[in-house]
Amino acid sequence: MKRVGFWAFVRKESLHILRDPRTMLIVLGIPVVQLLLFGFALSTEVNNLDFSVAAPHRSEAVRQLVERIAANDCFTFRGYVDPQQIDRELRRGRADVVVVFADDFDRRMADGISAGGGEAGGCVDDGRAAVQLVFDASNPNMAAAGAGYLQRLLCAGNAPGAEVEMHLLYNPRMKSAYNFVPGIMGLLFILICSIMTSVSIVREKESGTMEVLLVSPVRPVGIVFAKMIPYFLLSCVDLAVILLLARYVLGVPLSGSVAGVVAISILYLLLALALGLFISTIADRQATALVISAMLMLLPVIMLSGMIFPVENMPGVLQALSCAIPARWYIEAVRKLMIQALPFSAVVREFGILLAMTVALVAVALHKFNDKLE
Amino acid sequence: MNDREAVISVRELTKCFGAFTAVDHLSFEVFRGEIFGFLGANGAGKTTAMRMLCGLSYPTSGWGRVAGYDIATQGEEIKRHIGYMSQRFSLYDDLTVLENIRLFGGIYGLSRREILRRAVGLLRRLGIRGEAHTRVRSLPLGWKQKLAFAVATLHRPEVVFLDEPTGGVDPLARRQFWELIYEAAAGGTTIFVTTHYMDEAEYCTRISMLVDGRIQALGTPAELKCRFAAESVDELFRRLARGAKRAQE
Repeated sequence: MKRVGFWAFVRKESLHILRDPRTMLIVLGIPVVQLLLFGFALSTEVNNLDFSVAAPHRSEAVRQLVERIAANDCFTFRGYVDPQQIDRELRRGRADVVVVFADDFDRRMADGISAGGGEAGGCVDDGRAAVQLVFDASNPNMAAAGAGYLQRLLCAGNAPGAEVEMHLLYNPRMKSAYNFVPGIMGLLFILICSIMTSVSIVREKESGTMEVLLVSPVRPVGIVFAKMIPYFLLSCVDLAVILLLARYVLGVPLSGSVAGVVAISILYLLLALALGLFISTIADRQATALVISAMLMLLPVIMLSGMIFPVENMPGVLQALSCAIPARWYIEAVRKLMIQALPFSAVVREFGILLAMTVALVAVALHKFNDKLE
Repeated sequence: MNDREAVISVRELTKCFGAFTAVDHLSFEVFRGEIFGFLGANGAGKTTAMRMLCGLSYPTSGWGRVAGYDIATQGEEIKRHIGYMSQRFSLYDDLTVLENIRLFGGIYGLSRREILRRAVGLLRRLGIRGEAHTRVRSLPLGWKQKLAFAVATLHRPEVVFLDEPTGGVDPLARRQFWELIYEAAAGGTTIFVTTHYMDEAEYCTRISMLVDGRIQALGTPAELKCRFAAESVDELFRRLARGAKRAQE
């Protein structure tokens, strides 16, 4: 008789969700909106940099180099300026960067090539640069990213034997979508599973139906699991939507094992559901459940999980704190699997940590849940 | 039917929360087909006692049986043989009448066919056959309460616990509700009801007055009125409750 009414219950929960347009909107709308927002609008990548050029002599070599930069779709050529006007150019916002060529650029290029190619356009050899990049660094992120990218462009191709060779593996164009998609997955599943389940359990406490259920022969554990099933299925739909959007709209490679991503995501979903259950045992009102979810989960996930701010840059205390945040491990694992294309064996540690967290959470939550009945 | 068969029997039932004794050595019996009114001011221990009888909470000491099962050890069995309706409305607003019936039928392990058969009978009895596919939210409160009672007795429990079932309903709807209760009691279902409408207490077969966790009076309404020389149950109640030491919420 253990199964008494279990499926009747799952049916009822599904009806609740289907009948509430708000829930459906949150569960199915938010992932799409967030993914597209972060993927397109809120990007840290450098896309539309305007550059001007200051060159004493517009020689063939200079023009070739300028054309090479202009041909790249990250940079837009704004024209030549007088070397005296560089500061004005940046202040007026006509350009984000001015590329300054040295007086003797042509000679040095020629020397370099005839001497066997020790030096190339833009690269340094004698302590005095042939090309100078003057950046508007009022936005340091943009300036740093742009400088790096421009430097690589200048060095590329005509630098046989140049000292520094930079390769950005896995994400050569530094697209932010690569970074955000795993982060958003980490955030969304917590949002959907934890908040929705905790609110839906607490709602029954509030309306008094929980009492009726507890007096019925359905076991409390059954009530809770029956609640989780529809949310779990919905989250799986979300997972599919996110992966498809990431792959075909945002162009994230999904180069590793898709099965691995799915497996660890499902584990993470279960963990988020357990978190929701745990919250529902603490909170007695829907509003409380919401606040707890938002304060205790969303903020830490956004701030400490490495979704936006790299964990490695945090002070020790925060790094230690971030270890307790499941999203950190999940996001790390998904990055490895999706972007770096590592095999599943590379994320065994993360998988193990998430599994342990899930088991612990379920145990504590069920214990608390049963305790409440006394 | 033996009308002196005890469906609920309780001996020295006690529940303490720390140093506070919420229910203090209760002893009583409720017989089959009775409507047993369990009266008391807020904080007198009604809810606590009722929770123990429903298998939701263990007694600190004492002993009790409901529908033939021990409340301390056979909570699961008890749950299968009782019905429960609370003061707060206990159906799902966003489900239709029929969906609610199916859910609770399913919870009590009735087959789909049996549920449907009983649902048809139930809707006919309540006179709301046309509303089977209406969401409960849009029904008037009086109908909802009757429906909640009908759903609570769908699995034909031996005892139904009603926790202030008629809160917030107009007198006419309350009368109709009590007709349903009488009908169920006549069919052999035992009714255990708490209420603070003292006129409703007059409808009960027997009533008990709980003050500070103890039963101060127990008997038929007529008996008690006679013994305490009170005009009405209301007067009786006020006289007994005045002696209460616990602050009323």
